[in-house]
Amino acid sequence: MSSVNLENSTLSNRFYDPKLGELEEGYNAEKDVIVNVVSRKNIKRKYTVGGVLDQEQRNNWKAWLYLSPVLILMSVFLIYPLINTIAIAFMQNYDYITGTATGITFDNFLIVLGLKEIVPATDTMPAVFETNFVNFAIPNTIIIVFVTVPLSITIALLISVLLNKIRWLQKVYQTIFFLPYVTNTIAVGMVFSVLFDDHGLINFILGTDTVWIYGADRWTAMVPLVLYIVWGSLPFKILILLSGLQNVDKQYYQAAKIDAAPGWKVLLRITVPSLWPQILYLMVTSFIGAFKEYTAVKGLFNNPGTTKNSYELYTMVYYIYDNLNTQTSRAAAAAVILFVFILVFTFLQLGLNKRRSR
Amino acid sequence: MAEQVLNKKSYIDFTETNLQGQDINLVIKEGNATVETLRKREKVSSTFWTIIIYIAITALALIMILPFYWMIITSLKNNDEIMATTQTFFPTVVMWSNYVYVFQAFNFLTYMTNTIVVAIFSTLGTLITTIFAAFAFARLQFKGREQVFGIFLMTMMIPGEMMVISNYITVASFGWVSENQTLLDAYLSMIVPFWVSVYYIYLLRQNFNQIPNELYLAAKVDGKSDWSYLWKVMVPLAAPTLISITILKFMGTWNSYVWPNLVTQKSEYRLISNGLRGASFSDPDSGITQFGYQMAATVVVTVPLFLLFIFFRKYIMRGVGRAGIKG
Repeated sequence: MSSVNLENSTLSNRFYDPKLGELEEGYNAEKDVIVNVVSRKNIKRKYTVGGVLDQEQRNNWKAWLYLSPVLILMSVFLIYPLINTIAIAFMQNYDYITGTATGITFDNFLIVLGLKEIVPATDTMPAVFETNFVNFAIPNTIIIVFVTVPLSITIALLISVLLNKIRWLQKVYQTIFFLPYVTNTIAVGMVFSVLFDDHGLINFILGTDTVWIYGADRWTAMVPLVLYIVWGSLPFKILILLSGLQNVDKQYYQAAKIDAAPGWKVLLRITVPSLWPQILYLMVTSFIGAFKEYTAVKGLFNNPGTTKNSYELYTMVYYIYDNLNTQTSRAAAAAVILFVFILVFTFLQLGLNKRRSR
Repeated sequence: MAEQVLNKKSYIDFTETNLQGQDINLVIKEGNATVETLRKREKVSSTFWTIIIYIAITALALIMILPFYWMIITSLKNNDEIMATTQTFFPTVVMWSNYVYVFQAFNFLTYMTNTIVVAIFSTLGTLITTIFAAFAFARLQFKGREQVFGIFLMTMMIPGEMMVISNYITVASFGWVSENQTLLDAYLSMIVPFWVSVYYIYLLRQNFNQIPNELYLAAKVDGKSDWSYLWKVMVPLAAPTLISITILKFMGTWNSYVWPNLVTQKSEYRLISNGLRGASFSDPDSGITQFGYQMAATVVVTVPLFLLFIFFRKYIMRGVGRAGIKG
C-alpha cells in the first residue's frame, strides 16, 4: 500500500510507484507484481500493486475523523495558546480578565531584560528597573543547564557501565537506581532540605555548620539544588544508557580484550561512540528539561530565594509562574525568551551532531 | 628442542622426549608463567575487579537511596533527636504518633481523592485520543500523514510554560476558574487540558506499527471494519503499552504541582503535591518547622508511588525506556 505519485498521466495504463518505479498494467515479471487498474474511469487514482488495493484516497476522511479529538484538543490547548502567548508578549497594558490591551509594544521584552525602566525617574527618585530576570533567572538557569546536564550524563554513564558489567543482582540494582524516577519532586525536595538543614545529616557528616537552605548565600544554595536535580535526573539517563549498552556488539569488547586495551580506552573509544545516539538524545532532552527547572527550587526552598522575600534563586520558569497573574505580558515575554533559548540550543546541538557524524 | 615464536610473549615448548610418542606435551608460556598460573592470575584479577565493581555500585546505590532512608527514619524521630548535634541513623524512640498527627491535622484523604479522580479521568481521556490518533497514523493511509505526524513530534519541543499562560485564560473563559468555582469546575480545569499527549501517541504508534499488516488485510478480507479491527485486534495486542501509558499518566497527575496550584481557587480542591507543599508543619508556639511531621507527610505521599512501582515495574521502565530506542 504505497502512496501513489502519478507522473505519466498521458499513458493510460502506466503508473509510477515511488518504491517500485514505473509499472505497467498486467504482470510485471521484473518486479514480480501484478498491477491492476481498478477503475478505468478514474485511472489516475486507483490501481493495485500485488493485488492490494491502494487505499490512500479511500481512508482520507476516516483518518481525519480518528484524528479529530486530538486535533481539536491540540488546537485549543496547544496551538492557540502558543500563538496567543506570543501575542500577549507584545501587548501593552494587557488585562487577562477582560482580555483587553491598549496597543502593541516591544516594551515587555525590554522591561523583562532590564533595558527599560518600569517606573521612570523623577526628580527625587531614580528609575526602577526589573532586575530579577537578568540578574537571577537567566544566570541561574544557564548554570543549572551547564552544570547538571554534563554532570548527570557522566555519572549516569559510569553507573550504567558498572551495571552492565555485573550479572548477579543486576535487576535489583537497576531497580534501586530507577527509584528516584517514581517519586514526587516536591516531596523529595523537602527531604533534601532536611538533609541539608543546619542540623542535618550533610553538615553532620562533613563536620561543618554551613547554612545550605534557609538564609543561605546564593552560591551555597546552588549546591543542594544542583545535587538534587542531578539525583532526580539520573534514573532516566541510566535506563536509556543501559538499554543502549546492552545492544552494543560484544565483538568490539572481545577485540579490545585481545588487544589488551586499557579500560578507560575501551570506555572512550568503544562505549561512548556506540552510545552516541542515546547520549545525543539525552543531551537534547535534558537540556530542554534543565531550562524548565522549577519544581526542584520549589521543593527545596519553597520560595524563589533562600529567604521569604528574595529572588536570588529564580529560574526562568519560576519567574514566569510568579508573574503570571500579576504581570501577564511580562510572563509571556519571558516565556517567549525561554522558547527562543530552547530552540537555539536544540538546533545548535543537532547541528553539532551533524558535523560530527559527517 | 623446538621453540616457535607465536608473538612477543608466548612460546611453545615441545619437550624432546615426547616428539616421537603419541602424546605431545604442549606448554604455552607467557614470560615464566604457565597456562595454569596465568589462568589463576586472570581469575584472581577478575574476581578482584568484580568485588571492586560491586563495592562501587553498592556505594552509589546507597547514596541514591539515602534520601528515602532519611525520609523514613526522620518521620519516626522526635524533633529533639532531629535537631541534635549528633545525627542518629536509627530513631532512639520510634514516634508513630507523627503519622497520627499528620492524618489528623491535614486533609490528606481529600487531596488523595482529588488526585485519584483527576488521574482516572485524565487517563481515560488520554487513552481514547491516543488510541484513535495512533491508529490513524499507524494504519490508515491519508494525504499528509507523515507531515502531520512530523508537526506533532515538533510540538514536543515547545515548552509547556508557553501554553500555561494562555491555557489559564482559556480555562477561565470556559467558566472553570472563577471566584465561585465548584469542585466539578476545578476537576474539569485539571483534566481536560491534559487529554492529549504527543509522546504517548508516538509510543503507541510505534507499537501499532509492529503489529503485522497481514492481520489488517486478513480482517479486511473477513469484512471487518476498521473500527472493530482497532478494538478487537490492535488494542488487545498493544495492551502492555496501554498499561505503561496509564501508569505514567497516573504518576504524572500524582506529581503535578504547578497547574493545579494555579487553577484551583480553594485549597480543598487541590492535589496531593499542593497539599504537601502548602501545609505548614511549624509548631504554632515556637514557629520551628517540625521535620518529623513534615517527613511523615512526605512518606504518605511517596509510598503509593512506590507501591505502584513495585507492582508495575516492568511497564513503567518499558514505557520510559522506549523513548531512547530510536534516539
